Amino acid sequence: MQTPTLFALLLLLILVAYGTGFSRAIAAARSSGGIRSLASLPSYYGVHTALWCGLPALIILGCWLVFDDAIIRAMVMGSIADKPESIAGQNLLYAQIQNLAAGNLVGNVTPQLQDAAAHLESLRASGRWMQTALILILSIGLGAYAFLRISPEMRAREKVEKVLRIILLACACAAIFTTVGILLSVLFESLRFFQSVPVTEFLFGLHWSPQMALRADQVGSSGAFGAVPLFTGTLLVSAIAMFVAVPVGLMSAIYLAEYAGKKVRSVAKPLLEILAGVPTVVYGFFAALTVAPFIRDLAQSMGLQASSESALAAGLVMGVMIIPFVSSLSDDVINAVPQSLRDGALGLGSTKSETVRKVVIPAALPGIVGGVLLAVSRAIGETMIVVMAAGLAANLTANPLESVTTVTVQIVTLLVGDQEFDSPKTLAAFALGLMLFISTLILNFIALHVVKKYREQYD
Amino acid sequence: MTSMTLNAGAPVPAQDKTNSATDLTDKSATESTSVKQQAVKTQEDIAETVGSPFCDEAKLRMRNVNVFYGEAQAIHDVSLDIGRNQVVAMIGPSGCGKSTFLRCLNRMNDTIEGCRVEGDLTLDGEAIYGPKVDVVPLRARVGMVFQKPNPFPKSIYDNVAYGPKIHGIASRRAELDEIVENSLRRAGLWDEVKDRLDKPGTGLSGGQQQRLCIARAIAVSPEVILMDEPCSALDPIATARIEELIHELRENYTIAIVTHSMQQAARVSQRTAYFHLGKLVEVNDTETVFTNPEHDLTEAYITGRFG
Repeated sequence: MQTPTLFALLLLLILVAYGTGFSRAIAAARSSGGIRSLASLPSYYGVHTALWCGLPALIILGCWLVFDDAIIRAMVMGSIADKPESIAGQNLLYAQIQNLAAGNLVGNVTPQLQDAAAHLESLRASGRWMQTALILILSIGLGAYAFLRISPEMRAREKVEKVLRIILLACACAAIFTTVGILLSVLFESLRFFQSVPVTEFLFGLHWSPQMALRADQVGSSGAFGAVPLFTGTLLVSAIAMFVAVPVGLMSAIYLAEYAGKKVRSVAKPLLEILAGVPTVVYGFFAALTVAPFIRDLAQSMGLQASSESALAAGLVMGVMIIPFVSSLSDDVINAVPQSLRDGALGLGSTKSETVRKVVIPAALPGIVGGVLLAVSRAIGETMIVVMAAGLAANLTANPLESVTTVTVQIVTLLVGDQEFDSPKTLAAFALGLMLFISTLILNFIALHVVKKYREQYD
Repeated sequence: MTSMTLNAGAPVPAQDKTNSATDLTDKSATESTSVKQQAVKTQEDIAETVGSPFCDEAKLRMRNVNVFYGEAQAIHDVSLDIGRNQVVAMIGPSGCGKSTFLRCLNRMNDTIEGCRVEGDLTLDGEAIYGPKVDVVPLRARVGMVFQKPNPFPKSIYDNVAYGPKIHGIASRRAELDEIVENSLRRAGLWDEVKDRLDKPGTGLSGGQQQRLCIARAIAVSPEVILMDEPCSALDPIATARIEELIHELRENYTIAIVTHSMQQAARVSQRTAYFHLGKLVEVNDTETVFTNPEHDLTEAYITGRFG
């Protein structure tokens, strides 16, 4: 039986198990004096039976699907006498066998290959048969076991709750394991990179030029991997962005939370949050096509030299992008400041602005700082705007009118297009990604810590 | 006319509970005790305040005050004087408008949307709601202590120094230090906090926080202090300290205090005003109110028959 069919059958079995469990519980209740005499509600008995019927079978099915191919491959390859030494050669051979079994391979077919393909085919067939049998026996057997155990004394609810808790835990773990997995995959690629380029050169080198010479006689391809210009570029653009986003976002939050009437608030807040919904690529061409030329012309009219792609353009637009982020987080914290503090300040004869400046903002400060730090990590990780507006030249400069490049831009350019995945040029992207990951992780950690530590104070 | 209008959408903390007095009287309509029968008809019944709402040498003078929250009327035609260096206690069931009335005296009701105050309110003969009145100096003259201690998230010193700083009362650091020390001393907190003035005010205990709030209020040397159930969140020991403090403060200040504790009203005040359903039922010397109340409703309330 094919896996999708089996899966559908399993679902059907689960439904049946629920129904039979439910009705058996009802029947048990009738014979012993009503539903109140059961240890749990009838639906819990149904769910309990369904879980026994479905969960182990589903887990086994999942494991089967994961390990099926590897086991069959090992068995097929084990049966071949003279196989190639290299892993690549083995891969190629196995691909050939697979193609032959599927009927796609034409041409040079040896009898040995023919045998292997037939072996593969028979293994697969028996595997499918075994899979179907195992799953159905498991499902029906365990379902029947649970069904037979239904009695008014059985505490089905506790068991169901326990299983639910484990399922929830598994979901929570999935997110954590994904993070760990990403980190590890980036980490190992980075280690490969650091084998060819020393860590110190990467961290402290002032020159970034990742083009490697393919042949010895090529010129101009030095392959320098000093990441300092990239990080200064990132910092420059992020700093400009925060310079825009923090004051504007904070003040708009103060206005919305403290001054705006109900009507203004109901219109202005959604409008501000629309900014958060604009795709970053739209911000990107807004920055590249509108803001950057405008800044260049403005700078030229003032007699300054500006490149057509500048850190200033990217930073300004990125700042605009982050405004709703800062303002909505700050708005939340400002609203969370208890009214009693405002009353206290007003009752002493403070004006509205004194109340806001000297009482509300200091009280909300930890939350605001946390929000700003989250916004910073957002700015550092932002890619599209800088790709389009900041440029590719790795200039080590603090002049916002020059073009700079950022870590994210370089990762994009290193990985776009056909690349070999073992040259330092490509692996450098992983090292950059790792650095980025670590720095935003630290920022997020600090932000969440700050927010958490000071939040309890007013509860 | 029903008393339900009182509660409809009134956004004042003291009004958020259902009008327990009304609930009681509704339920007891079938019973025939005379007092409770009377309570059913209160709105019409309380034609005018009994006792002596007026006094000579009034610091605060309120005449025909009506307060509305949107459509709902919270205060009906209340007239009352608060004499100089006098403690006036305001008692009554939840939602009877005593907190609302208190908040009229330093215009804290301005901060509530849809709140409208009518009537003549004067402080030393000056209209509180006059068109040219600036609320900032007014609130400096009429300080307020709230139900829940609400120290600012600053150090103890800065909490007390906040008022003097924003009003420019102290020009030099030494002067400010003196004001802070004096205020804390008068609030009976100095000995407990003198060694940790730079620690956050929120780290104090509930009773200490409330005394800090009182110190903060007297630091701007107001003429009147309004207290909105200042002891409701405190234990009996802290309450006793605050009551002692009110006693001492009376020498220099005029005090209006809202309280749910009748013993407290009896202990700290010279005159007591009993509010019911937004009307002022009775004002008399505290002793008279608690020993020989003139109005049946007052008697019913202080003897615990409702409310």
